[in-house]
Amino acid sequence: MKKHLLILGGGTAGTMMANHLRKRLKPAEWTMTVVDRSDKHLYQPGFLFLPFGIYKEKDIIRETRSLLPSGVEFVQKEVDRIAPENHAVTLKDGSELKYDLLIVATGCRTAPEETEGMLGAKWRDNIHDFYTLDGARALHDKLASWQGGRLVIHINEMPIKCPVAPLEFSFLADTFFREKNMRDKVTITYVTPLSGAFTKPKSSKKLGHLLGEKGIEIVTDFIAEKIDQDRNALICFDGREVPYDLLVTIPTNMGDNAIQRSGLGDDLNFMATNKHNLQSLKNPDVFVIGDATNVPASKAGSVAHFESETLADNIMLHIAGKPLKEEFDGHSNCFIESGNGKALLIDFNYEYEPHEGPFPFSFGPMKLLEESRINHWGKHAFRWVYWNVLLKAWPLPGISRNKKAPPINS
Amino acid sequence: MNKDIAGTTVDVNEEGYLTNMSQWNEAIAAAIAAEEGVGPLTDAHMKVISYLRQQQAAGASLTIRSMGKSGVVTTKELYDLFPGGPLKKSSKIAGIPKPVGCV
Repeated sequence: MKKHLLILGGGTAGTMMANHLRKRLKPAEWTMTVVDRSDKHLYQPGFLFLPFGIYKEKDIIRETRSLLPSGVEFVQKEVDRIAPENHAVTLKDGSELKYDLLIVATGCRTAPEETEGMLGAKWRDNIHDFYTLDGARALHDKLASWQGGRLVIHINEMPIKCPVAPLEFSFLADTFFREKNMRDKVTITYVTPLSGAFTKPKSSKKLGHLLGEKGIEIVTDFIAEKIDQDRNALICFDGREVPYDLLVTIPTNMGDNAIQRSGLGDDLNFMATNKHNLQSLKNPDVFVIGDATNVPASKAGSVAHFESETLADNIMLHIAGKPLKEEFDGHSNCFIESGNGKALLIDFNYEYEPHEGPFPFSFGPMKLLEESRINHWGKHAFRWVYWNVLLKAWPLPGISRNKKAPPINS
Repeated sequence: MNKDIAGTTVDVNEEGYLTNMSQWNEAIAAAIAAEEGVGPLTDAHMKVISYLRQQQAAGASLTIRSMGKSGVVTTKELYDLFPGGPLKKSSKIAGIPKPVGCV
């Protein structure tokens, strides 16, 4: 009888794994299934650009089926729970899927209900988010008619998907209001639970400096106890208050509820995962990838991409009964849109900060940790790369899954 | 790198977090607390610090959320005890690495 590889989640990580493994698992030996509640694949980096009208919705939505290889069945249903003891997954309609190997790629979602006062009468009125399609759409409409005032960009709690997106939003907002000739009518404040603009000190310094240059005030170490909708203010546990006229918040991010129902998650529903080989710490026939894991890397498509290369090798090794590669190092890289048609590029892992210099290879054409127009065009070209190269699991030339340690003198 | 804290030479990273939690003692905690504008350290501080060290030794990942749900301290108390950076400062004083929840 054929064996069955089941992938939960048809987003970035799940789609990449389907493409990697269908090339490598013999169809005579293995069937493959991808399960997702949605049949639409969203290019999530594009959410950042929707509110400003830079991208349209059609630019960022594709049919999930069109991105999966032939020989992979797609089941559009919601997962109820995972039962590793039975090698089975039950779906919300009561049906059950058995597996020999399971890849959990269920991602993460925003959880505005976690913060007192975030949902309520003014949600999507003067409290907005852009991490969901409908949120980005509502914010687009709001920005088109907004007359100015205090714009506050707020990160509720770490970790969040794409930790640089709120910064990029702030930079783009500055440009957006300048181009509308109303920057003088808007104050922009960036409120973060971190102690600086970003998680890694070197990038934090550079990005903090950029905020300053653009006249964006930063409020750090701020954990919101609640949002006071009557007074339009964010309230910190230590009593500090930040008043707003328009709040753009990144709600707490949590893993999928199915993980919680299965009793497999931590207090944010992320799954305990070996950070170097991506195997579940509890069940050897279960592997976890992308935003669903608890590994201390950024929750981002680039991380899922680097993970997918390691995981594809490890699935093959696991099937062969051989030791897994302990090689994933938290490698992440991303473009940071900095406004005015420019962008920066950063590259880091569990241990190392971005070093500066040309990228990819060691000659370019792009520069790490430096603002430039070519980085900006790189960011926009990336959408094509995403649909046509990354999801299809073709290698990216010159960009290795493992980050090399920076030179000692850097 | 090395740093002399309260008469002991300890290994620290560039942000001043101890890199070897076994080099820690209460005098070191008091000295770091003073540098960070926290304290003087009371039993309430020490309760949080010993909880942090236990969790770290057990390999748990530490977040403000998990601290708030631990039953040891509420988020508000954590802010009162370690003003200006509750988890960041308490971890530094406890001689454990800066929590990686912020990635």
